[in-house]
Amino acid sequence: MSPPVASPGWSRWLVPPAALSVHLSIGQAYAWSVFKPPLESALDLSGTQSALPFQVAIVMLGLSAAFGGTLVERNGPRWAMTVALVCFSSGFLISALGAATQQYWLIVLGYGFVGGVGLGIGYISPVSTLIKWFPDRPGMATGIAIMGFGGGALIASPLSAQMLESFGSDSSGIALAFLVHGVTYAVFMALGVLLVRVPRGEKPVEGGPSAVDGVQVSARDAVRTPQFWCLWVVLCMNVTAGIGILEKAAPMITDFFADSSTPVSVSAAAGFVALLSAANMAGRIGWSSASDLIGRKNMYRVYLGAGALMYALIALFGDSSKPLFILCALVILSFYGGGFATVPAYLKDLFGTHQVGAIHGRLLTAWSTAGVLGPLIVNWIADRQEEAGKHGASLYGLSFVIMIGLLAVGFVANELVRPVHPSRHIPAPRKETADAERQHSKPA
Amino acid sequence: MPNDSTQSPPDRRPLIAFVWLWVGVPLAYGLYELVRKATQLFTG
Repeated sequence: MSPPVASPGWSRWLVPPAALSVHLSIGQAYAWSVFKPPLESALDLSGTQSALPFQVAIVMLGLSAAFGGTLVERNGPRWAMTVALVCFSSGFLISALGAATQQYWLIVLGYGFVGGVGLGIGYISPVSTLIKWFPDRPGMATGIAIMGFGGGALIASPLSAQMLESFGSDSSGIALAFLVHGVTYAVFMALGVLLVRVPRGEKPVEGGPSAVDGVQVSARDAVRTPQFWCLWVVLCMNVTAGIGILEKAAPMITDFFADSSTPVSVSAAAGFVALLSAANMAGRIGWSSASDLIGRKNMYRVYLGAGALMYALIALFGDSSKPLFILCALVILSFYGGGFATVPAYLKDLFGTHQVGAIHGRLLTAWSTAGVLGPLIVNWIADRQEEAGKHGASLYGLSFVIMIGLLAVGFVANELVRPVHPSRHIPAPRKETADAERQHSKPA
Repeated sequence: MPNDSTQSPPDRRPLIAFVWLWVGVPLAYGLYELVRKATQLFTG
């Protein structure tokens, strides 16, 4: 499939909705927990078993983004969005068959393996294209798309719950809900496939900056630079720190104020979790857009430096002031979202637009690592502290100190980021030749 | 016969409005549900 080139007069404001239609869909992954209780009762599964499709999907997201990035660059955004649509929707359809026939392995295969490939390819599919359309505001452009990934769960969570209520929570009801999800997401994502275009020429906006000016580094060379690995550490530390709060948000706020005169109820804790989701989303678009003004390195100084300060405030004074605890947690979560959304633009600054999608895909392995590291640290320490007879806010004190340390490591890694050595740059003629070869190698 | 290059490009504004609504309406629904749940922090 050849990359679709925009016709003259095509508006670049048609591209963010194309990206959003994919990211709002695949963001459903974060709402998997809605299906867990019905699956457990209908198919007699344990909590660990019912989490398996989600865990496999996240692993496949990381793997397919890392290994499929080069293919996405080669074949263009429409190909990538088509693959994402087919895999993500087929995942639901296979899962529907699995639920209808009570074959749980089909749900793991469908949602986890097949759907997970859709997540990974879908996640990176619009990044490179958006950066090329918005060379003047790459942070804002990728922020819109990556905000969609956060927003996907907000849509899917109440919708899936309503479907299960209408269709029933037995295996046939779950099967029907999976089927409707598969068909609905296919239609919704189709807009992105039809709409996405790569810009005609190097300047998407007349008189604006060129999309291909400056340094250009191939994905193969980028992973051999210290800059890539510094950014890998930055992303990993920032995500770990965010997950540290996100993973145990509800029990954390309950524990912190258990002995106070105004303890936090279960429904209020759920409200706190929802507020964190809002901060996560707002940070994706807000901080990422701000990075266009203050620069990527400064933005990560804020995420990592101010993030550590917020953790310190919670650790020192969090249990004495509920508003302070909530405010600090919201800021940390906004930095968590902002870190995800700003990194494609940071990669573009360092390595250029040539293969930025593929490089971004490889960098997402930092997310997979943090996804394991963050919950592990917080849960393991909280369990040990509980065994030692501690309770309330003291269950989390050590975790917060570790988070501050991790953010400090990320801060140092960010300071070590320097422009890429010219020996890694693609010389202009070589790049043109490579582009021409790539065009010629495509089937007509 | 008019030359293609002199023709003005079609007005994309209706398409832009439609596609932003396509993604904006579900997102607004998600945000509405989120705000409803988040208010429990202050009322629950």
